[in-house]
Amino acid sequence: MSGNSSYNPTGAVEKWFDERLPIIRFSKEHLMDFPTPKNINYWWTFGAVLAFILVVQIITGIVLAMHYVPNSELAFDSVEAIRRDVNYGRIIQATHAVGASMFFAAVYIHIFRGLYYGSYKAPREILWILGVLIFVLMMATAFMGYVLPWGQMSFWAATVITNIFAAIPIIGDPILALLRGGFAVDNATLNRFFSLHYLLPFILAAVVGLHIWALHVPGNNNPVGVEVKSSHDTLPFHPYFTMKDLFVIVVFLIPFSWFVFFAPDILGHPDNYIPADPLLTPPHIVPEWYFLPFYAILRAIDFDMLFISSKLGGVIFFGGSIIVLFFVPWLDGSKVRSGNFRPLFRPFYWLFVLNFLMLTYLGAQVAEGIYVLLSKVGTAYYFAYFLIILPIVSRIETPAPLPASISESVLGKAEASGEKG
Amino acid sequence: MASEAATETTRRDFLYVATGAVGAVGVGAAVWPLIDQMNPDASVRALASIEFDLAPVGVGESFTITWRGQPIFVRHRTEAEIAEARAVPMEDLKDPETDLERVVEGKEQWLIMIGICTHLGCVPLGQKPSDAKGEYNGWFCPCHGSHYDIAGRIRKGPAPKNLVLPPITFLSDTIVKVG
Repeated sequence: MSGNSSYNPTGAVEKWFDERLPIIRFSKEHLMDFPTPKNINYWWTFGAVLAFILVVQIITGIVLAMHYVPNSELAFDSVEAIRRDVNYGRIIQATHAVGASMFFAAVYIHIFRGLYYGSYKAPREILWILGVLIFVLMMATAFMGYVLPWGQMSFWAATVITNIFAAIPIIGDPILALLRGGFAVDNATLNRFFSLHYLLPFILAAVVGLHIWALHVPGNNNPVGVEVKSSHDTLPFHPYFTMKDLFVIVVFLIPFSWFVFFAPDILGHPDNYIPADPLLTPPHIVPEWYFLPFYAILRAIDFDMLFISSKLGGVIFFGGSIIVLFFVPWLDGSKVRSGNFRPLFRPFYWLFVLNFLMLTYLGAQVAEGIYVLLSKVGTAYYFAYFLIILPIVSRIETPAPLPASISESVLGKAEASGEKG
Repeated sequence: MASEAATETTRRDFLYVATGAVGAVGVGAAVWPLIDQMNPDASVRALASIEFDLAPVGVGESFTITWRGQPIFVRHRTEAEIAEARAVPMEDLKDPETDLERVVEGKEQWLIMIGICTHLGCVPLGQKPSDAKGEYNGWFCPCHGSHYDIAGRIRKGPAPKNLVLPPITFLSDTIVKVG
């Protein structure tokens, strides 16, 4: 949103600089004066939390790369050396490893906020698509980072996940060889994963830049989902929301620090403290918690569908569970954004949240008996929510009446109109 | 004059397209090494075939060797196990193959397979006497619950295919070459 600049360069030097590179003007417009809906609630602070964690991950990651050795013979010991020998290495390594979990915790909150308040709807479709792209990049980065310590779970995660590509007909096997650089996951795989794990966060940061750019064109959505109509509806980003975001970041750092200092390994798996052994699969392979729902979907397809084998089917559903997110802006046809005004949508939404939590639980269980059945039910609901429920509900439901403006929703009708008059 | 030139194919158009084509080929030639470097390198490809002796393996015993970084399952099957594998009707199989198709004729007691689950590449359990062998008394993949029978055929679970057979040659009665 341009045209809200209150930047008036004072003095000849500032003026001279502003005419050549208006970076101060840009920062003032977008980081300080940016008009932000005054009714956004705490669910809106997780964007800032995510930006903060990305910076933490990049800084700790660069430091770790100074001590880590990407070699299948040395990687495991080098991570142990970081934790035992490097000054403060124990804390830096724990921050990076726990940071990945915190990143996903925050991103899931951020995504579910978007799904509830309809933040993906016009004119924010590109903003949403960039967000899904960030999520995909995060998953790729986290996966490759998890491989680097070269423990048993690292090795077998790399084996299982690269094998997903082998399910693609015809080009699957050449892609698999290209990914692994050998007949099996080995040193070549570890080396390229390290290289890409270092690269992707910077691509991620660039896409985050686009995400924020796309956010600053229409401005923030808000809990009532009514567009900003006048300056009465907004407050400048600084200091009102910088302080609010900072407060949440501080609160968020409490559990983050608890994990780092008191339970750095509680989110991981004991098996990853056994060095990688290509001839011995751990009895129960479990991905990190943040991949569990998608892992449950992958495992749920254990039956052939027509000419599609169960293996390819699992991979299609696994990939489809992410790809479907790109289409949400067009699957949900409701003109009303916020779930607060959609009585029929709400129960399905909360069921979707519960179903997602159930899939998380199921992804960690053994692939037997009732767990397989529940995974199938959960997978069915996951897809039904996007492909059947959202399109139908948005067409048959009668939404509750919307407030005329953000001010009205905050102050009530009389005061809001009084303010205008 | 200008519109006439636009409809007519000129030497300039040809040069324009030709330059673009050469440029595209050049970019392709420059990019290909950057992609192909990720493929298995010469040291990996040069891994020769391996030979090993079956003589020390008693009836009912299994052992695992490594070939191209992958585990090879070798099992000296008992008469009962062979009979069990042969008795399975074809319609019970997801990836139908007779037991005879999976072993060398005259050496039916030796089952030699790549010990990698055809689902997502875990190493199934069943080589050690203490391992879980699944519901079909063969191998069991703990990752996603695929059950293989005593001929290494997929019977239950998400794996689409039977355990893959490596290229093997019996050099003598007990010496086997893989690869």
